[in-house]
Amino acid sequence: MVSAALLSLVSVGCLLAMEALHRAKWPTRGPYTAVIAWQALGLAWGVSTIGALLSFGLSSYQKGAAAGSMALVGDIFTGELFLAELSQGLEGISHIVAVVLAIVLTMVLFYGLVSSFIQVVRVRRRHHDLLALVADEHPDVPGARVVDHPVAAAYCLPGVLRSQVVISAGALEVLDDKELAAVLAHEQAHLRQRHDLVLLPFSSLKRAFPRVRLVRTYYETVALLIEMCADDQARRTSSPRELATALLRFGAAGPASVPDGAMAVVEKAQPGVVRRVNRLLHPDDELSYHIGAFVMGASAFLLASVVCLWHIPV
Amino acid sequence: MNRLGELERAVMDVLWARNEPMTVREVGKALADRDLAHTTVMTVLDRLAKKKVVDRAREGRAWRYSPAASRENYVSEMMIDALGQTGDRDAALAAFVQSMDGQEAEALRRALAEIEQPRN
Repeated sequence: MVSAALLSLVSVGCLLAMEALHRAKWPTRGPYTAVIAWQALGLAWGVSTIGALLSFGLSSYQKGAAAGSMALVGDIFTGELFLAELSQGLEGISHIVAVVLAIVLTMVLFYGLVSSFIQVVRVRRRHHDLLALVADEHPDVPGARVVDHPVAAAYCLPGVLRSQVVISAGALEVLDDKELAAVLAHEQAHLRQRHDLVLLPFSSLKRAFPRVRLVRTYYETVALLIEMCADDQARRTSSPRELATALLRFGAAGPASVPDGAMAVVEKAQPGVVRRVNRLLHPDDELSYHIGAFVMGASAFLLASVVCLWHIPV
Repeated sequence: MNRLGELERAVMDVLWARNEPMTVREVGKALADRDLAHTTVMTVLDRLAKKKVVDRAREGRAWRYSPAASRENYVSEMMIDALGQTGDRDAALAAFVQSMDGQEAEALRRALAEIEQPRN
């Protein structure tokens, strides 16, 4: 019971910490550190919630969540545990409910991860196929493919063997050479550091819980931080001002009227682009080394303690 | 680009240019300057059909191939993917800037005008 209580505490603590991280100002100063903190919190939340349910549900074994699950797998075929629990009345039933919830949560998270991975691979393959048929090389943008479309767009298509930066003709129209170089550096950074993989757990959570507003909000927060990481990389070779004007040109080339649909109904915070631009034009001090190290250490400690709690037999 | 990829593109261009379903032989004839073997053209068309970018229908003993959509359609399909307008596809592609509504674009236009004013 002690481990179940502690794991629940960690689980709730993770939720509170995520909310705090979502509101905090420091992540824009150290986007890499913040992304790692988000990943640690997300992982710790999932593992501790499942662990809490298991160690409560399997408390009759007195082996903890990890060893208890092993024992359960052995007993599941004989049905011994469930018969014993059922004979205990209400408490026994609550144990069974907890175990079932733990299994369901595990399946949902796993399903979300696998299905979004499959979906992502499918979309990318289709996109690669189309790209090969309609995109051209362009002398101004070595290493990128150009798609003949008037809307300004630049994006990268990550892949193990064939990753690709794509620019639209509309983007070439609005950008000057230096801005173009900044945009390309930004996209190359996404590809080089495999930012798509960093974001994948969050997008699969979004898939697993499509109606939970909080999950979407957090996903968008992490996505914005990842953009900031790529901005920081691009800033090494281009001036922040060029990157900022490129961002603004892209946005300003957008539609002139508000389109119909749900998008306009959703209450908008300050759009991510504006935050990125402000950050580039008026940079704050970078996050100090000590704070960065503290956040990393705390993340590692959090994950280690969740693993320990899975193994506490009481 | 590898040779097959380049051939697929050439075949697609032929199909798009001609506004009617074509047989393997006709496609081969349209690409006569490349001197392709009949089986090569067949392989390429087969690959394109597997990728669902061409449709085929049997006519008599021969298959006739036609583009599944126009070139413009494919370009806009890619742009819709890229600008994250489809909701749950965002992890597949990372756009430099996601599409935004008119008000946001207007705010950015103002910010850009401010930046571009010559400094005194």
